[in-house]
Amino acid sequence: MDFGGINPAVLIASLMVASVPILLAAIGELVVEKAGVLNVGVEGMMIIGAICGFLTAVGTGNPYLGFLGGAAGGAALSLVFAFLTQALLANQVATGLALTLFGLGLSSLMGQGYNGIRPPLTGAVPFGPLADIPVLGVILFSHDWVVYFSIAIIAAVWWVLRYARAGLILRAVGENHDAAHALGYKVGRVRLLAILFGGAMAGMGGAYLSLIRVPQWTDGITQGAGWIALAIVVFASWKPWRVLIGGYLFGGISVLQLNLQASGSRIPVEYLSMSPYLITILVLVIMSSGQGRGGDRAALNAPAALGQNFHASR
Amino acid sequence: MVTLEKRPTPSRFWAAATPIVAVILTMLAGGALFAVLGKNPFEAIRTIFWDPLFGEFAWYLRGQLLVKAGPLILIAIGLSLGFRAGIWNIGAEGQYIMGAVFGASVGLAAYPTESRLIFPAMILAGAFGGWLWGMIPAILKTRFNTNEILVSLMLVYVAEKILSKAALGFLRNPEGSGFPGSRNFKDYSAASNPELIAGTGMHWGVVAAFIAVIFAHILLQRHILGFQIKLAGQAPRAARFHGVNPARMIMLCLGISGALAGLAGVFEVAGPAGQISIDFNVGYGFTAIIVAFLGRLNPIGILLAGLLMALTYIGGEMASTNLGLPSAAIQAFQGMLLFFLLAVDVLTNFRIRMFAKGVA
Amino acid sequence: MKKILAATTALALLAGAAVAQDKTKACFIYVGPIGDGGWTFQHHEGLLAVEAAYGDKVETAYQETVPEGADAERVLTQMALSGCDIIFTTSFGYMDATNAIAAKFPDVKFEHATGYKRNTPNVSTYNARFYEGRAVMGTIAGRMTKSNKIGYIGSFPIPEVIQGINASFIHARKVNPDVTMSVVWAYTWFDPAKEADSAKALIEQGVDVILAHTDSTAPLAEAAKTPGVIGFGQASDMAAYKPSPRVSSIIDNWAPYYVKRVGAVMDGTWAQQDSWEGISSGEVEIGEITEAVPAEVKAEAEALAASIADGSYHPFTGPLNKQDGTPWLADGVVANDGELAGLGFYVEGITGDIPK
Repeated sequence: MDFGGINPAVLIASLMVASVPILLAAIGELVVEKAGVLNVGVEGMMIIGAICGFLTAVGTGNPYLGFLGGAAGGAALSLVFAFLTQALLANQVATGLALTLFGLGLSSLMGQGYNGIRPPLTGAVPFGPLADIPVLGVILFSHDWVVYFSIAIIAAVWWVLRYARAGLILRAVGENHDAAHALGYKVGRVRLLAILFGGAMAGMGGAYLSLIRVPQWTDGITQGAGWIALAIVVFASWKPWRVLIGGYLFGGISVLQLNLQASGSRIPVEYLSMSPYLITILVLVIMSSGQGRGGDRAALNAPAALGQNFHASR
Repeated sequence: MVTLEKRPTPSRFWAAATPIVAVILTMLAGGALFAVLGKNPFEAIRTIFWDPLFGEFAWYLRGQLLVKAGPLILIAIGLSLGFRAGIWNIGAEGQYIMGAVFGASVGLAAYPTESRLIFPAMILAGAFGGWLWGMIPAILKTRFNTNEILVSLMLVYVAEKILSKAALGFLRNPEGSGFPGSRNFKDYSAASNPELIAGTGMHWGVVAAFIAVIFAHILLQRHILGFQIKLAGQAPRAARFHGVNPARMIMLCLGISGALAGLAGVFEVAGPAGQISIDFNVGYGFTAIIVAFLGRLNPIGILLAGLLMALTYIGGEMASTNLGLPSAAIQAFQGMLLFFLLAVDVLTNFRIRMFAKGVA
Repeated sequence: MKKILAATTALALLAGAAVAQDKTKACFIYVGPIGDGGWTFQHHEGLLAVEAAYGDKVETAYQETVPEGADAERVLTQMALSGCDIIFTTSFGYMDATNAIAAKFPDVKFEHATGYKRNTPNVSTYNARFYEGRAVMGTIAGRMTKSNKIGYIGSFPIPEVIQGINASFIHARKVNPDVTMSVVWAYTWFDPAKEADSAKALIEQGVDVILAHTDSTAPLAEAAKTPGVIGFGQASDMAAYKPSPRVSSIIDNWAPYYVKRVGAVMDGTWAQQDSWEGISSGEVEIGEITEAVPAEVKAEAEALAASIADGSYHPFTGPLNKQDGTPWLADGVVANDGELAGLGFYVEGITGDIPK
């Protein structure tokens, strides 16, 4: 069953775990962008979530509360972004970058003195005999709860955006905020809630790193995961299920290239380490070239009002 | 309730006053942060803002401001043209790296010949390298409709891997006992980019930054292309009616910003950094995005924003070393400065109205 | 009036100078944050040891996360201008900056870690023989592996890392001729998620002992998830993972060297040197070998460490061949420091290529 020394079932299980932080952050950012707001401060929110989650878990001794703390931390930071872009109409890209800078610095300050401490651990969800099924047992039944949560939240976002009234309102706000306002929808409030959701998801993604993946707090623990999450949203053409594919593709190639190295493959390492990025570009090219020309955003499914600030003129 | 009322025209008073107000607010908030960390807030603020300009070592640090601001301004000018046209080049860091690698390759290939042609050749190679790296997202966008944000960002990581390969492999110093890193350009005068006037920090990269500011200003104010760029960003459909070819705009903007970032890279590697190493890139490509927005995408604004950012870096460093402030506090401080600048900027375009009665 | 003013100013300056001469100022620049729990954290421990050793007689200053290149030059210049007597530059990439600024400030002493250039008499270089620690870890690895597969997470293909890979392998092979080594290159010194993935990839290939040249605890955390997989603390002790999977560790202990050199500045005996110390002077510390390691293996490892410490054994002693089979060290011949500093090949028995 092994290909070149690599067991595919184990590989799939690994990539599911590796992709969790970027999946959570990406699905949160997708909701934010669907509402018409571009928050590039994902990295800042993730790392604040990582330290808040860590501090909460160590302080209470409960890893579940830790994730709640991480989500709360990410959401709190996103509140700053919301205030600046929605109330004060600041430029969204610049504010997001400021958020990243501030988040990185603040998280490091908060984490002083917490190095080398082990947080309370989270084990795999006990599925009992199901986990012993060959192949499927490894892939589906041996993960911690956050892995399942990441898939569930993507499904939930898809369903809400497609079928629920709240989702339709959110999309309307993202496509044409003036029309939505004219129809009586509270653009500011919808966007605020979307931003908070994005912050909470990014915070959870960061907390996953500090509570399960590493698990420890160290400065800069996210190492650019927030930027990858942003790229995955674009890759997914703002469609929730595509976020899952994009995240697994990227996480999968990253894990695969390490596995190829470990199994002694002869492919030069330098090319292997570039592969996640190049393959992501390649797949995106293939996906987007099938969608007609025009050079404008409509063809790429981006919300039409993305990045523009809304000001009610009455 | 407090509401915002749009001004008929942007207030010129506030456009000039917002940076000052923002800096003052940052000093207050930052001072509070430093006090919470147990440091004297006045001393910290003075160290950050005053000392690099007028303090004990200002004779040295003023020049360093230019060294730090030069690449930021050069890259930000290029980015601002694209941003104005709605073309989001997030991969300037990658174009910066490739410019440095291309330029350094040309220079090191010519070693040890001394010729006046080598430095200009390196500069051209650097601009070409950055341009090339910017062309990849440009071509993918015009041909395949691929989003340039993702492509340019992914290419940053690819460029970093290529940089590693260069430092460890094809550009490694053959006389370096197997250690990573290229030859140092300081030892190769035909290829180096030293200070033009001692103590001022002005090297060719800084000069290039000033030239870029002037050119961009003229381009945007006087040249038809500048008008088209602004139009493409603010009213894309009107731009198309006017005859602006979107594909040409994309190629031009990504090409120019790539070339300028590549120039910044080659000037930096031949000058202040001195060699190709694994950690050559320090994030100028990303900081330049901040500088571009801080400067409101305006060339003169970018010049001032670049100098202000450089001041916070250098002053912050001194506060770290001399006062024992964690460098993370300086990062948070820079974030706060940006927040306040962005927040106060609202007053340029909007008036605050308290308890206004709504129009029925 | 003017005379009094001049006199008091002169007195004040003299007094100031006298006070300044009382305290020696030791300064440090770090490539990362002191909170990294690894490389920089250990250097900072050295700074704290200097403060503890000399109390009031010394003043310290440090700057963390200084990028290499122009920023390093500026920070070094500032430190020299502000009165530092000795400056420790704790990363290879600071080499050119250190030498450039040292040339401008001949009265300030510079100590550059892991470098090789000493252009002016006020520059010294220092390094630690991490490969000695790897030899001990390799011995434990060879004895304790049940799958006969050990893994190494490499950072960048530079001589120091190649030394580590070779040293671990040679000593694992010595006690276990069937052992094989898998190397994964992470291309980073610190990236917890990547390190966790690298460790996982190795574990999935059947590796049950993981050595890492990268600095986070992620490989140990990953090893903890699979029973039977062990690993070692890297750069710092990583005690939170005792008694298993962290069965021992290599600790970068810069304290003895820093205390020694600052002391030399204080009593005027500082001279240029190139220091490459290891277990014997305490720079490479072997962290506690836990009870997860069988007693006889522990004794063997400790004996090896002792023999390296007293100089009776060198980890790179022949007969050793290069990976392609050509002879490198004849029987009993010891590799010289120059060869090791530029080491660019694997020894025989390690499969795979070093990336170029």
